[in-house]
Amino acid sequence: MSEEPVDVLIIGAGASGAAMSWSLADTRMHIVCLEQGGLMNPLTYPSTSRDWETRAQGEFAINPNQRNLPTDYPINEDESPIKIANFNGVGGGTVLYAGHYPRFHPSDFKVKSLDGIAEDWPISYDDLAPFYGENDRMTGVAGLAGDPAYPQDNAHRLPPLPLGKSGQILAKGYNKLGWHWWPSDTAIITEDYDGRAKCINLGACGSGCAQGAKGSADVTYWPHALRAGVELRTHCRVREVTIGKDGMATGAVYYDGNGDEQVIKSHIVVMASNGVGTPRLLLNSKSPQFPDGLANSSGLVGKNLMFHPYASIQGVFNELTDGFAGPHKAIRSQQFYETDPSRDFVRGYTMEIQRGMPPVRTAHTGMRLGRIPWGDDHHSAFRRLYNHVTGMVAVCEDLPEEHNRVTLDPHLKDGNGIPAPKINYTLSDNSRKMLDHGVARATEILEAAGATDVMSEAPISWGGWHLMGTARMGLDPAKSVVNEWGRSHDVKNLFIIDGSVFVTSAGVNPTSTIQALALYIADQMKSRLTNLFD
Amino acid sequence: MNDPDNPIERPFTVEEKHALSLLMDMVIPPSKTYGVPGAGDTLILNTIINDAGRRTPRLMDALAALEEMSQEGCGVGFAELPVEQRGSIVNAFREAHPGVANLIANLATQCYYRDDRVMIALDMETRPPHPEGYVVEQGDWSLLNPVRKRAAFYRKLDQPSS
Ligand SMILES: Cc1cc2nc3c(=O)[nH]c(=O)nc-3n(C[C@H](O)[C@H](O)[C@H](O)COP(=O)(O)OP(=O)(O)OC[C@H]3O[C@@H](n4cnc5c(N)ncnc54)[C@H](O)[C@@H]3O)c2cc1C
Ligand code: SF4
Repeated sequence: MSEEPVDVLIIGAGASGAAMSWSLADTRMHIVCLEQGGLMNPLTYPSTSRDWETRAQGEFAINPNQRNLPTDYPINEDESPIKIANFNGVGGGTVLYAGHYPRFHPSDFKVKSLDGIAEDWPISYDDLAPFYGENDRMTGVAGLAGDPAYPQDNAHRLPPLPLGKSGQILAKGYNKLGWHWWPSDTAIITEDYDGRAKCINLGACGSGCAQGAKGSADVTYWPHALRAGVELRTHCRVREVTIGKDGMATGAVYYDGNGDEQVIKSHIVVMASNGVGTPRLLLNSKSPQFPDGLANSSGLVGKNLMFHPYASIQGVFNELTDGFAGPHKAIRSQQFYETDPSRDFVRGYTMEIQRGMPPVRTAHTGMRLGRIPWGDDHHSAFRRLYNHVTGMVAVCEDLPEEHNRVTLDPHLKDGNGIPAPKINYTLSDNSRKMLDHGVARATEILEAAGATDVMSEAPISWGGWHLMGTARMGLDPAKSVVNEWGRSHDVKNLFIIDGSVFVTSAGVNPTSTIQALALYIADQMKSRLTNLFD
Repeated sequence: MNDPDNPIERPFTVEEKHALSLLMDMVIPPSKTYGVPGAGDTLILNTIINDAGRRTPRLMDALAALEEMSQEGCGVGFAELPVEQRGSIVNAFREAHPGVANLIANLATQCYYRDDRVMIALDMETRPPHPEGYVVEQGDWSLLNPVRKRAAFYRKLDQPSS
């Protein structure tokens, strides 16, 4: 079935697709967003049932291969020590995300100028600053102004998440060593905000917030975008972006919820399918004009995949921690954020504290790390950990390397027969050293805070939740896929707005930057509507 | 071995259930000290069997492998073994099949720690987190005072590292 061309087609209703949809809505253009997953119903989230930890490992598992829902596509990740975490539905990855929401630092946009590695971004922190502010207002962010690790900013913040018992234990450790910490900027509302009720400390943010307090894009941007007239079509999986004789994108071919093939025509196509989904679609959009995949004259589509290798370092304390109650995040430390020539690696990392763990996760972690045995001693070992663990993760800046990449798997296909992505990723020497440094420093903090035992894992194998770099932005068409405002160098009505466009990854979680970028690109499009394709 | 792409769909036999119960009790045994059942308890075992879902064939294979190791090593079935010998067979099994041993431990814990008796023994409320939620104390924000006094230390754009 074909229909009249729409003005803008957005592929993917996750963090970036939602922000772009909302921002463009005020143009009154006909905007259609195609999303392969469904609309979420928070009242069915795991935390509403007794078996919530089990469901969080099943239909709400963070790994798509484990979840294996009809709305998911399989990913061949055999060649990667870090496995992909995502969610395919309205809201995308933010349905499951922890909501840690820091901004990049100004220096993160200028890595080559400052440290002589990777590439500089073609835009600066100042270019994004107004959009960070707008995004914070749309999302609802808890935090505290005045962090000495950041410049002054324009954020509107709700009161910070509670420190709780765990935050206090760790803050004392940081203070003993004289190291930086600060209340996290978190996309979790601590007061009722924009029609949403405040956080009630369910402690289940990672499997969807039934309260609606966590700023996932389905509860922040989407209600506003839909009210403003954006058309959201769920259970529609795009197979490829189509191209006309003039080399311009003409729309897309997709499968609807019945599995029937549909064609949609559009004047503008916007890719928002994330750092794995977008290169997958571009590589699958082959044509005589673009035999190596769409927008790929640089050969960089799918290359330079960055994750943020994570280290997890948890301490066991005699005193009680918060256990699983409360949002996972409370404070962060950027003591080791910037390059320090006295270290054996470049760039740095953020430490994010993690409050504690629910019972099943306590048991799994304890068993995996050899702290809880099978048999008679299980009970005493479990009780030593349960409600007595708190710690942190180190979020390490990953550098772009072309051999870390997304390609199309020659054999594996999704439920509609579309080739699945394959990930090739190796942990760099720089990342390995940074992880080791993070584990050593975190151990010092936990010991200073009184930990009697420290458990660590690095990298955490299930932590491929930040998907960046696979269609990066830049001024030089030979070294980048899109220009400094997100338009493909090769196809002048094709835009990319998700984590794929990141040039470098910084040492912080990416989503506030992904959404600020989507708003920035939308703003650029709006201000150039008359000559958008020149 | 079962073909994972074509899992057999049959219920556990009485013998398999018995062996599974013994095995689960070896992961988490009953305890008088803590006043809790083991993971092989009938109610918990039923939950495990229900939750196993598409992992059932792997679980059945694991039971078959245990039975075989026990017959080969000791000349009797797993369920008939004296307790100590059962322990050594299970240890050998865990070494030989760490993946499925993890699966067994995961299933045991995910069903065990939502049983009312176990939750009550751990002072947990027997309810889902939503809609009541939990209380988390604010904590002592004066701990932040030393950090508040610290001068800004973010890197300026004219500040190369070397
Ligand atoms: C467990 C977990 C924890 C996380 N924690 C944090 C955190 O604390 N802080 C943070 O900043 N980030 C976190 N993240 C990452 C965050 O979720 C992502 O950075 C963010 O969602 C990426 O936005 P995006 O728009 O690039 O893609 P996504 O949000 O992934 O959206 C992409 C959408 O495109 C859809 N799609 C893909 N292919 C197709 C197709 N062919 N046709 C139609 N639709 C398609 C997908 O279904 C999906 O809904 C976490 C992620 C996970 C999974
Ligand atoms: S802790 Fe707060 S944000 Fe997290 S799931 Fe619960 S209510 Fe939602």
